[in-house]
Amino acid sequence: MMQSVRDGAHQRRFFSSVAASAIVATSLVSAPAPAFATEELNALVWCDHTDPALVEPFEKANDVKVNLKVYEGTGAALSILDQSRPGDWDVLVIDGVDVHRAIDLDLLAEMPADALPTSDIFPEVRMEANNTKDGKTYAVTEKFGYNTISYDKSKVDPKDMQDLSVIWSDKYKGRIALYDYYLPMIGLVGLGLGKKTAELTEADMPAIKEKLAAMRAMSKQVSDVVSSQTALATGEVDILVGGGEWITAVLSADKPNLDWTIPEQGAVRWAQSIGVMKDSSKQDLALKFVQYIVSPEGQARLATSSCYWAMPANSKAGEHLTDQQKAALRFNEQAEYLKKTQLYPIPSTELDQQFQDAWTEMLQQ
Amino acid sequence: MTATTLEDADRRKAWGFAAPALLWTLAFFVVPFLFMAAMSLWKREGREIVRVWNLDNYLRFFSESALLQGLVNSLEITVIVTVLSVLLAYPLAWIIAERVPKRFQRMALILAILPFWTSYVVRSYSWLLVLSKNGVINQMLTGLGLIAEPLEIASTRTATVIGFVHFFVMLLTLTIYSNLIQLSPNYRRAAADLGANAFQTFWHVVLPLTLPGIMTGAFLTFVLCIGDYVTPQILGGNNELVLPQIIMLQLGRRADFPMAAALSIILMLAVTVAYVLCARWLKIERA
Repeated sequence: MMQSVRDGAHQRRFFSSVAASAIVATSLVSAPAPAFATEELNALVWCDHTDPALVEPFEKANDVKVNLKVYEGTGAALSILDQSRPGDWDVLVIDGVDVHRAIDLDLLAEMPADALPTSDIFPEVRMEANNTKDGKTYAVTEKFGYNTISYDKSKVDPKDMQDLSVIWSDKYKGRIALYDYYLPMIGLVGLGLGKKTAELTEADMPAIKEKLAAMRAMSKQVSDVVSSQTALATGEVDILVGGGEWITAVLSADKPNLDWTIPEQGAVRWAQSIGVMKDSSKQDLALKFVQYIVSPEGQARLATSSCYWAMPANSKAGEHLTDQQKAALRFNEQAEYLKKTQLYPIPSTELDQQFQDAWTEMLQQ
Repeated sequence: MTATTLEDADRRKAWGFAAPALLWTLAFFVVPFLFMAAMSLWKREGREIVRVWNLDNYLRFFSESALLQGLVNSLEITVIVTVLSVLLAYPLAWIIAERVPKRFQRMALILAILPFWTSYVVRSYSWLLVLSKNGVINQMLTGLGLIAEPLEIASTRTATVIGFVHFFVMLLTLTIYSNLIQLSPNYRRAAADLGANAFQTFWHVVLPLTLPGIMTGAFLTFVLCIGDYVTPQILGGNNELVLPQIIMLQLGRRADFPMAAALSIILMLAVTVAYVLCARWLKIERA
């Protein structure tokens, strides 16, 4: 059960996951590729890409061996790239909010826009502002999901979960786990304060700190993906703030009492992007891999990866998902969910520092 | 061949044997350490690491209570774990060394350290399941009618300490046992001849003679415990941060290596102080 945890959706969530360490320890994964593959492709990815069911069809079709290295957080990825030789890596999977960090470091290659199924991607997650610069496309969104409220519907009133203020009310004091990644969590707090995630500024910090403290006082723990999921599954807590389909979807068969919702005030949306490395000597093959990942077939496999489930960015992936998979992902309800959610904050480096400090302060309270 | 020439030859041979270890330490400890120390004096500005000597990271550590609290938490937990581990490991090691027949001692020792064979991460998650609200301990206590409501153990400092102590008792049992079996029975016989009872013999003879084993194990426990990230992360529920968790926090998203380096140097200083205290104390006892 725990192997199915979604622990890579964005950097902190993955970084803080201790289970991820185990994945990283064996992280240079190569799926059983064709025995005599003529080429190799090196990709720096999140753990959902290591599912053989995702990679093997591409390897067989292209007679290539795909070497995958899982990393923990954009900071770690940039360090790995910094220590690598130009050309070592061909493909990069990166948090949607950090694509510009990679572009600014001149790491990503421009991809021909017409080679990507942009029109099939849900409009809300195309994220042109993130994936493009000066009209050039450097990355494409491949998967997304929500940081919202997961809960045990046999223990809490589902109606209460429709109001985001439940996270700092005392009704469920001591029964709440907070997901340990400051960006989406501060985004959620912002929504609770009636602020758009993109409009949070330094002036909002006092109110954010106050609500973080209030939220902390009501919580039992602040934990990474595996610990949060364990706590919810074992009944240690009844609510996980910051959770979403990536926490409950993989458990839907074993724990039908676990559910998730998007409150009236909305929730935070995360997205991961994929691009071709600028220094790759295999640009065509790397682009082919990206095209496979964002194709309807690749998307369905990525969405239901054994590491974690989440929504495919390509709306046509539904044709390749079973009814049970679509139900777990709430595939048919995405139009409404997308309207109610906002991408999590993309702070300046200064504001990012303040967010992190506020989070650290809250953890020590 | 003169005596001096022989001495020179021996010295060269000794250096030859020591050279691989020295080079290894130089390449993989001294040089990286110096680099880390230098980096701690740099600074992250925006997305850049600015290579200008300054003490900003250290000043920030001492001016932000959340960061300073990380060190305090680390020291408190480490001292509690070390003391508890010694108190639990000593009787266990003594029973194995003194009460278990010689031919079964190896088996007893293997059984005592059996949990070492499992993955550290898996062991920590197992403890989380044991200590949780619906875990084995709470089910047993409520089943026996000893408690009405489950105890809140998981995601607390208590859980972190339990996880640590379980691990370090094994380590200390080994170091103390190896010390105990080296003790000649003549010491106890002499003490008995001089009229000492069992407690007096233990307190005045056995315990002082096994202090090196205790201190070696305690120091190793201190070093491993204060630098550990996994156990507090899994079992502590992030209800308080220890210094290694704060170090990791600097790296994940922001990649603030200068700050992480400064915090690591502070952690190393804490270990150095512990070493100096242990070394001095041991020296005094031996004297």
